Amino acid sequence: MRRQQDFLADQVPKEGKWSSRALAGASIIGGTSSAVNFNVISVAAVCLTACRELTLKLISPQAILPPVKAASAIFSKDLNSELRTRYALNSLLMFVVVTLSIILFSTAGEIVSSSLSAGILWIIVFFAAMSGLSRSFVSEEERGTSMTLQLWVKPTSVLLGKLAFNSVLIYVLNILIIFAYLLTMPSFVVKSPFIFFITVLLGSFGLASASTFIAAIISKANSKGTLYPVLSFPILLPLLMSVIDATRLSVDGASMAEASADFKILISYCVVVTTVAVVLFDFVWRD
Amino acid sequence: MKSWMKLLLGAWISAVLILGVTVPIGDIPGLGDRARIIFFHVPMSWVAVLAFLMSMWYGIMYLRKRDLKYDIRSESAAELGFVFCILATVTGSIWARFNWGSFWNWDPRETSIFVLLLIYGAYFSLRSALEIEERRASLSAVYSIIAFVTVPFFIFIMPRITFSLHPGGAGSAAPILNTNGKMYMGTDMKYVFFASLIGFTGLYLWLLQLRTRIGLVSYHKHAEAA
Repeated sequence: MRRQQDFLADQVPKEGKWSSRALAGASIIGGTSSAVNFNVISVAAVCLTACRELTLKLISPQAILPPVKAASAIFSKDLNSELRTRYALNSLLMFVVVTLSIILFSTAGEIVSSSLSAGILWIIVFFAAMSGLSRSFVSEEERGTSMTLQLWVKPTSVLLGKLAFNSVLIYVLNILIIFAYLLTMPSFVVKSPFIFFITVLLGSFGLASASTFIAAIISKANSKGTLYPVLSFPILLPLLMSVIDATRLSVDGASMAEASADFKILISYCVVVTTVAVVLFDFVWRD
Repeated sequence: MKSWMKLLLGAWISAVLILGVTVPIGDIPGLGDRARIIFFHVPMSWVAVLAFLMSMWYGIMYLRKRDLKYDIRSESAAELGFVFCILATVTGSIWARFNWGSFWNWDPRETSIFVLLLIYGAYFSLRSALEIEERRASLSAVYSIIAFVTVPFFIFIMPRITFSLHPGGAGSAAPILNTNGKMYMGTDMKYVFFASLIGFTGLYLWLLQLRTRIGLVSYHKHAEAA
């Protein structure tokens, strides 16, 4: 009977959480009665599994929703819930105001060099991202909705939807930060706007894609808040060093050729990190 | 590891240590006798990167096979790599004090080893924040993979495109790690250098075997108790 049970457990597909639960239930009942009785019940469990697989195939949204559509559904869900509560945006705005005012208090009356002001700008962006972007996955774990998402859509769609939402969030946030920074820091004058524009465009996307993926990892861990910057910083450092350098060049009024080395690093970083995130996300999401 | 191999390893590393100090290395411009650090510092950083690569490799094996033994190997490799990474940082820093005048000045090479230390630190803090064994194994494997694809930006690209004082940075003549991709070493120096590389790699593999055995024993003990 033991062997039969193992054999049946092997027959049932691994993804079928309900089916294995049904089988476990069946074996509990089967344990109390005779072997024949057990056989009947386990055969019924296998039939149930087959029925479930069939119904899932027929009515599953995986069949209805192609990956891109699922990703856009997740994106609009996150956007709607953010627009309703304005949880992330409000607190992030206050975070930026607080950080900026501390910097302004400490640099009042000083002439800040271009490399220092570029560094300060990206410090604000980095820590704003660290306090805001983890929410996308942490909130799913906290509300216990990640299981539902796992059932209904493919992992890649989840990542792409969350990445799209986080990118939009970080773009909006960066526009606000940069406007506030340009207004309040007299020594931060961008002499090559085009270089600065490309830097922000690529830098924000790279930041969003690396930190979205790290957010998925830390949402499963215990000390989420402190772990997030610890894990993200080494991964983001190549990006931060090249965006700070490119920002300094744009403030100094450098030519496009001078900044091209940084842009090459930024583009390759974005491509590499996004690809790795898409490939590895299955292991993080379905662990 | 057989006991004759342990004895051989001990003799080998002792020989490397003695030769590293005594062998004539000729005149290297700008470095002089301080170039002898190459026999001890370079193998340390080599092992630190190798250990990180092995840790990632066992992580990938875990993700493929879902066997916790690979996770123990991966963790052991990372722990030893961390030790060698600290040794590389300390030896490099002492050398910098006598060649450049200060222990630490954020040269691109120093930044890259610092980032490697940070990644190891982040890896261990991630492991300690995850309680379920399978989840810890798969998430730390994933983290070591994503860290390893960003590390090349530092160790192999950054020091070559930015100006660095480290031997091998853009524009400075150096025995190894130069932009031409050639080695400029006398024959004696080359032999001792490779002997040292082999010796310390052997030492690392032996330590890794011991550490893995301890990990496996405590894992089985734990599994029996549960």
